[in-house]
Amino acid sequence: MASLVIAEIVDGILKPTTLNAVTAALQLGDAVDVLVAGHEIQTAAAAAARIAGIRTVLVLDAAPLAHDLVENLTPPLVALARRYSHVLAPATTQGKNLLPRIAALLDVAQISEIVAIQGPDVFVRPIYAGNVLATIQSTDAIKIITVRTTAFEATAAEGGSAAIEAVTAGDDAGLSRFVGQNLAKSERPELTGARVVISGGRGLQSGENFKLLETLADKLGGAVGASRAAVDAGYVPNDYQVGQTGKIVAPELYIAVGISGAIQHLAGMKDSKVIVAINKDEDAPIFQVADYGLVADLFKAVPELTDELDRGR
Amino acid sequence: MKVLVAVKRVIDYNVKVRVKADGSAVETANVKFSMNPFDEIAIEEAVRLKEAGIATEVIAVSLGITAAQETLRTALAMGADRAIHVVTDLELQPLAVAKALKVIAAREQPGLIILGKQAIDDDANQTGQMLAALLNWAQGTFASKVVIADGTATVTREVDGGSETLALTLPAVITTDLRLNEPRYASLPNIMKAKKKPITAMTPEDLGVDLAPRLRTIKVTEPDKRQAGVKVPDVAALVDLLTNQARVI
Repeated sequence: MASLVIAEIVDGILKPTTLNAVTAALQLGDAVDVLVAGHEIQTAAAAAARIAGIRTVLVLDAAPLAHDLVENLTPPLVALARRYSHVLAPATTQGKNLLPRIAALLDVAQISEIVAIQGPDVFVRPIYAGNVLATIQSTDAIKIITVRTTAFEATAAEGGSAAIEAVTAGDDAGLSRFVGQNLAKSERPELTGARVVISGGRGLQSGENFKLLETLADKLGGAVGASRAAVDAGYVPNDYQVGQTGKIVAPELYIAVGISGAIQHLAGMKDSKVIVAINKDEDAPIFQVADYGLVADLFKAVPELTDELDRGR
Repeated sequence: MKVLVAVKRVIDYNVKVRVKADGSAVETANVKFSMNPFDEIAIEEAVRLKEAGIATEVIAVSLGITAAQETLRTALAMGADRAIHVVTDLELQPLAVAKALKVIAAREQPGLIILGKQAIDDDANQTGQMLAALLNWAQGTFASKVVIADGTATVTREVDGGSETLALTLPAVITTDLRLNEPRYASLPNIMKAKKKPITAMTPEDLGVDLAPRLRTIKVTEPDKRQAGVKVPDVAALVDLLTNQARVI
């Protein structure tokens, strides 16, 4: 049997999270096909065909599939999934929205956010905000899996030359319609793939003050994130949120600024290579996971850090 | 329009979860349980729809052991009108719950079903999507805003890149994200009143669904703990360590 990876595509562009899911699929040992679904996705299909190590790129291109309307995507995907032993997608909001829908119609379980593969039917996944790891065995014929992208290295985006094959799409189910979107535009790297992440919490006190973090992030070529408290307070939009129910990040360097360190936040960043915490409360739980802790007023320490980096280069 | 809301009893989000010594499961004895926080948001949204005159009745549903009744009482105290409890000692997984909810939906004929986007115990994030699939309804997952009008639910969803808005034909399934609303606390008079509201108990056999788990837990473990590092005296020392020791800048 073979594995199928459902590529993540946003506005016609193949997202790098796809490459992490491909790595997980390749670990299963059998041939890996990549499905590119949507509308006007030739560029993404061509990019997918260059991924190293994959067999075929299947293209499902039809107007009703634009904007990932799952009501329209599910029927052709259910038919396609029956040809595979494993169907995988990155555990992004897209993958989480779609895969349970496919699994239910195949009458199989869905396995969420795996972080390790121990056999064709044995997987490790975090539960309880990552405070517990469960090793589970699937008894179903088809395994429908979302992959925690930080747990698998990216496969090389170039080097392959897979055949591209068109697949028949279905009709518009008439259940849902795309109205609009408000996607963040940023020159900075994406939070989930950035080498450096600077996150702010309630200690920042306002959205305006996040500029301090942006300046520092730009100095380090990093992305800016936030705790749930900062998002709930309206300082920054929801796509900044790092944590159990937000984004999971594992950068080389994570700098937590004015974040106390609730377990729900730690769940989203504790696999970072190096953690720095800047907080004026020396008892803040964030210091228990930080490699380097600085007990200081962030409004002094962050500009100082930016200046110090200026001087060093 | 009836609104059905599914709620789950989970270990309270403030509890530090521990693994049993034999690695078979998480310790649940003498641990505080409460309603899954995302489900509180789901109940709140349904009750607001009733207060706005859009919903006619709010029905809370839960599956699980006898103690799940407490969670349903909380839902009733927040403003649900009545509750359904599918009593079972089985380990419940999302597909099984979705199948049971499908049968209940067929009987109750709600115009809208609201669920939390994920339960904070298994972190699966599946049940709403599976239920929508089994019913062949539209789904609006990770909702941060819901507007119901003219047979359509206009749902703003929190997605990785920002937000998007979909128009869903009713009946539909919605799953809640954190910023949909801020759930109310149940007042003491409402807690008293909730004791008189009806909870209908039923069994999986009454529903005719197979709730057997499809995933077998081989073991659970606690991940390696991150060791606390060092406190640095000032920014210069921090930069020095990041440059020369950690070598990340």
